Amino acid sequence: MSSSSQHNIEALLKRRYDAGFVTEVEQETVPPGLNEDVIRLISAKKNEPGFLLEWRLKAYRHWLTMEEPRWAHVRYQPIDYQAISYYAAPKQKKDRPKSLDEVDPKLLETYEKLGIPLREQEMLAGVAVDAVFDSVSVATTFKEKLAEHGIIFCSFSEAVQNHPELVEKYLGSVVPYTDNFFAALNSAVFSDGSFVYVPPGVRCPMELSTYFRINAANTGQFERTLIIADEGSYVSYLEGCTAPMRDENQLHAAVVELVALEGAEIKYSTVQNWYPGDEEGRGGIYNFVTKRGACRGRRAKISWTQVETGSAITWKYPSVILEGDESVGEFYSVALTNNCQQADTGTKMVHIGKNTRSTIISKGISAGRGQNAYRGLVRIARSAEGARNYTQCDSLLIGDRCGAHTFPYIEVRNRTAQVEHEATTSKISEDQLFYLMQRGLAAEDAVSMIVNGFCKEVFKELPMEFAVEAQKLLGVSLEGAVG
Amino acid sequence: MSAQPQTRAGAGEAFAAAFRERRGGLPGAGLAWLEGLREQALERFLAVGFPSPRDEDWRYTDVRVLARRLGVPSAGPGPVAEEAVRALAFEGLEAHRIVFVDGFLAPALCAVGPLPEGAAVGGLAEALARDPEALAPWLRLPEGADGLMALNLAFMTDGLHLRLDDGVVLDRPVHVIHLRSGAGASAHLRHVLVLGRGARATVIESVAAVSEAEAVDNQGTTVVLGEGAALDHYHVREAGPRLYHVGAAGVRQEAGSRYVSHDVTLGGRLTRSGIHVELAGEGAECVLNGLYVVGGRQQVDCHTRIEHRSAGAVSRELYKGVLDGRARGAFTGRVVVHPGAQRTDAEQANHNLLLSEDAEADSRPQLEIYADDVKCSHGSTVGELDETALFYLRSRALDEALARSLLIYAFASDVLERMALEPVRRQLERRLTERLLRPEEAEGVI
Repeated sequence: MSSSSQHNIEALLKRRYDAGFVTEVEQETVPPGLNEDVIRLISAKKNEPGFLLEWRLKAYRHWLTMEEPRWAHVRYQPIDYQAISYYAAPKQKKDRPKSLDEVDPKLLETYEKLGIPLREQEMLAGVAVDAVFDSVSVATTFKEKLAEHGIIFCSFSEAVQNHPELVEKYLGSVVPYTDNFFAALNSAVFSDGSFVYVPPGVRCPMELSTYFRINAANTGQFERTLIIADEGSYVSYLEGCTAPMRDENQLHAAVVELVALEGAEIKYSTVQNWYPGDEEGRGGIYNFVTKRGACRGRRAKISWTQVETGSAITWKYPSVILEGDESVGEFYSVALTNNCQQADTGTKMVHIGKNTRSTIISKGISAGRGQNAYRGLVRIARSAEGARNYTQCDSLLIGDRCGAHTFPYIEVRNRTAQVEHEATTSKISEDQLFYLMQRGLAAEDAVSMIVNGFCKEVFKELPMEFAVEAQKLLGVSLEGAVG
Repeated sequence: MSAQPQTRAGAGEAFAAAFRERRGGLPGAGLAWLEGLREQALERFLAVGFPSPRDEDWRYTDVRVLARRLGVPSAGPGPVAEEAVRALAFEGLEAHRIVFVDGFLAPALCAVGPLPEGAAVGGLAEALARDPEALAPWLRLPEGADGLMALNLAFMTDGLHLRLDDGVVLDRPVHVIHLRSGAGASAHLRHVLVLGRGARATVIESVAAVSEAEAVDNQGTTVVLGEGAALDHYHVREAGPRLYHVGAAGVRQEAGSRYVSHDVTLGGRLTRSGIHVELAGEGAECVLNGLYVVGGRQQVDCHTRIEHRSAGAVSRELYKGVLDGRARGAFTGRVVVHPGAQRTDAEQANHNLLLSEDAEADSRPQLEIYADDVKCSHGSTVGELDETALFYLRSRALDEALARSLLIYAFASDVLERMALEPVRRQLERRLTERLLRPEEAEGVI
């Protein structure tokens, strides 16, 4: 590549993190540290029923017995769990805003800056939004309209108050608090998140969306999302994430649980753009998230689509447990690491039911000194007669100091299963670049076009608005990566 | 590193005692550097114990079944009749023959013909007695060595020593036969193969047992290839159903050298075959072919690691598995491309055929890449016989059993066809055919 085009691309890559501002709102935080009193305090603040407090305490006690896992292909300084504040909420005059008009205008401004004007969304886009600011949910739009269909879409705290029976039934049923170190921590201290219940046979008329924002310093964000799609229903859910620029690392340990009953379908899309840290790797979010869905009935379907461009470290494996016969699991992922970012992400597809199918398409892009690993498990249990899996993981390397890794685990215990895994690693070909530039495209546009082409299979799974955003995000995140 | 503490402590004590008792009689006794190495290795074993399925590298093999049977090393070879050795010869193959029984060289059974000048083919113990310093650089405890590897170094009794000076070409292959007579509990052979610049050789290693007694083999191999050297290395494992065999090979390749491995496992209760290749010099090439055809309660774990440390190196890897009965086959292949190893060309594939309800295949093809100008790919499949192909053959009036055998044969022979040594290939093809056509004679295999 010519040096001038290199220069151009570097300039493009040096673009700053647009979502890195801080909003000055009065915060209510509990002092840093973790013990049973903090958990009781969180639970009391949220006026939770007894079963939930008990569950939190059980999770905390179990967490104390666990060791932090070290097997991922990522490196980071030890986390001091006592230095984190486990609850941060924007102070509100009254208990909760009754409508958008009562939400702190500064918060609304924040979301507007992020490109999610709640009001506009309500008016035009027809996307119902639940916005989570630090630990609490500040506003949910379109609630009434959804209620007409019997759909419950609210913050987790509201669900605990209004639908405790659903929460009690499903909480921890997919990701038990004993699951792993970070899931246990989350179970003990989770503060809020989104809750969705779609009744039998209902097709959710609009996309549901949550925006997560970490604003306060020294806090961790531990949200918990629970989505239940009852028999024959359909829901498409989107989440987006941002955080201000800070020098220290912040922990984000969320848990997402999906339950799809017979014939139901859940489509879960994520555009993750947490603050990735600066070029030298200072600061940034540690995104250690447990996401798992269970197809509990026949022909249930769960589809994960993720575009991971942010975070200093991304460490997560959105998974599907295919229990029901003929159920389907899908995983489409684009993960980009630039500068000093690290990602160890992938999926687990556990085939238990007969004739279950899963598809995994993973695209990893490494630039700068980024390290990008795909780690995935495909397990075919003895009972999974006729199971089928297809996996493709491709890696694109931009620059000679980055790394791209592929660690699939394939475990097959039924001979009628067909499992295929393919992976390739390559760099952007000089020929392709030359061809595009010779047609008059600037180097950065050419690179961007090639990268977008590389990710096309995943982007086409995203809902329209997100696909556009994801493409833009990719362009921004790739700044300075080619050379 | 989480072998059960009791097992570890118990086994540790027994091995430490055996070490104190035997050390004076082990080859190279009295050599300070070697005694130091053996002690260091024993300490390592006592510290880490046996690997367990909680160690990533041993996830699919529970070594505890092997560890339970791994008694202290045998003190000397048991009796083996010459017919047993002759039965293992490859028809039509003129080769130098080296035979080890229970971990010791059996000179009466060996047959080494005239060698070109600058070539040494023989036992390691003998070589240590003759010129120990020449071996010093190649006998080391690798960093991060697991308990079995450490145990091998602590107790090594003998092994193949092959040394070719620069430019020496060994026309006749070396056929190494590892036999277990049933005497003694564990055998710890250490092989050292050092080829100078442009040297060439072919080595075939056969693993078999003449008795039905339970036995454990714990072998280690060091291969060093100088610039432009070439080694074709065959492993053929046909032991009975009670042999537990662990082998770990470390291969270091200088520029332009070529290492070709054919790793075939047909027998044995548990087989672990580890190959760790370092492509240290520019343009080095390694080819790893593997085939495991197992049934009954057999277990095979093929574990390979190829490190591209310099530019322009090529690696090709193809492992195929046929699993019947309650067999379990595991493949782990990691290709690491280090920073600066530009123009690396790496291909890796693992394909498995499951023939029964209870068989299991585990596959971990892995890429770890730190350079950008590379061409790397890997693929893995697991499935059963293709119904349409079966139907086609049946429509041509082949009965079901024959049609199945034919398809399995086609799947497996793909790996055998890559063997350059005709007599070995033919014999293995014959062995495979027999097994497919007369399954009842194959001890529940296939």
